[in-house]
Amino acid sequence: MSTTTATATTKWWSGGRSPFNVEYGKIMMWYFLMSDAFTFGALLISYGTTRFATQGWPDPNHVFNSFPGLGSGYPLLFVSLMTFILILSSVTMVLAVQAGQNMNKRAVVSNLIFTIIGGLAFLGCQAWEWTHLHHEGAWWGRNPFLNADGTQSTTNFTNFFFTITGFHGFHVFSGVVINIIMLIMTLNNTFEKRGHYLMIEKAGLYWHFVDLVWVFVFTCFYLV
Amino acid sequence: MQDLRVLDDAHAKAARREVYKVTIILSILTIVELALGYSMVNMSEQSFSRHLIKGIILILMLAKAFYIVAYFMHLKHELRNMIMTIVLPLGLFVWFIIAFLADGNSFRELRNKYAPYDQESNIPVKQNQHSEQEKGTIELKKAVE
Repeated sequence: MSTTTATATTKWWSGGRSPFNVEYGKIMMWYFLMSDAFTFGALLISYGTTRFATQGWPDPNHVFNSFPGLGSGYPLLFVSLMTFILILSSVTMVLAVQAGQNMNKRAVVSNLIFTIIGGLAFLGCQAWEWTHLHHEGAWWGRNPFLNADGTQSTTNFTNFFFTITGFHGFHVFSGVVINIIMLIMTLNNTFEKRGHYLMIEKAGLYWHFVDLVWVFVFTCFYLV
Repeated sequence: MQDLRVLDDAHAKAARREVYKVTIILSILTIVELALGYSMVNMSEQSFSRHLIKGIILILMLAKAFYIVAYFMHLKHELRNMIMTIVLPLGLFVWFIIAFLADGNSFRELRNKYAPYDQESNIPVKQNQHSEQEKGTIELKKAVE
């Protein structure tokens, strides 16, 4: 903290240093995530527009009310579990990044393993939910659920649900793959030899972004 | 050198405490969101209180997004120029959301006014189409009572 206040009067734009005080790869990760945010934003806004343009919509409390082993009648329970899994895996990722800043290889490895387990658990939950909905007859182009007012629903609901949660799940999958690569590189002492763990920070940004998108997807599909 | 080490440790500890604090805030926000979502279970679709709760949930969602970006992604501790290069372009979303949702709404109203025969709600409900969902709904209502 004290270093940033001391350099507050530094001329950041007179050359010789990064004017954003951020490493090149990290800035580029931020810009990639911004473009990804626009992609997800476009998907979610088209969902909102279509929902506003459609007469009725199924009530999420009645569509998503099953829990493995318990049957139906538990609204929001399963998706709460998924949400907490993703938040906790985001927390262990921050701890891995901080451990990297302290050059603590052991803590980086253990926190990365927790993050990977969290990501895989989330993917498992999503696989179960998709399978369950598919058994109920829901898929792209097929919507067995009625509107909240009991009228026939359009396929807009299932089309958007599977497209957007599928695109998010694909991001979670890529994040898990990236984290596994980070784990292998850490175990091979790649970062130890390099003298810094900046790569973990970039992977961390991506992983937090996946968690961030889930906050929006979760709210738009399951709560509102 | 010794002093620097101690300072670093204190810094690391403060950073970790911040992570735990944000974790607790995010958990509380999520639990409140879920409680609000659950409270809507038997409310009628177009009631004012349901719209109000939906609005509160959306505000809580933005608060969660702020905590993730600011603290987990560390954006709050970056230089102001860096923050602005990320946040300002995303400000376009304010316009996108207002414009597109208004457009969707106006499309529905125009269709209801000029082409009422083309409504998707005119599709007849097929019998026994989704007994599973009905069963779940009944069980759910029992559980709530």
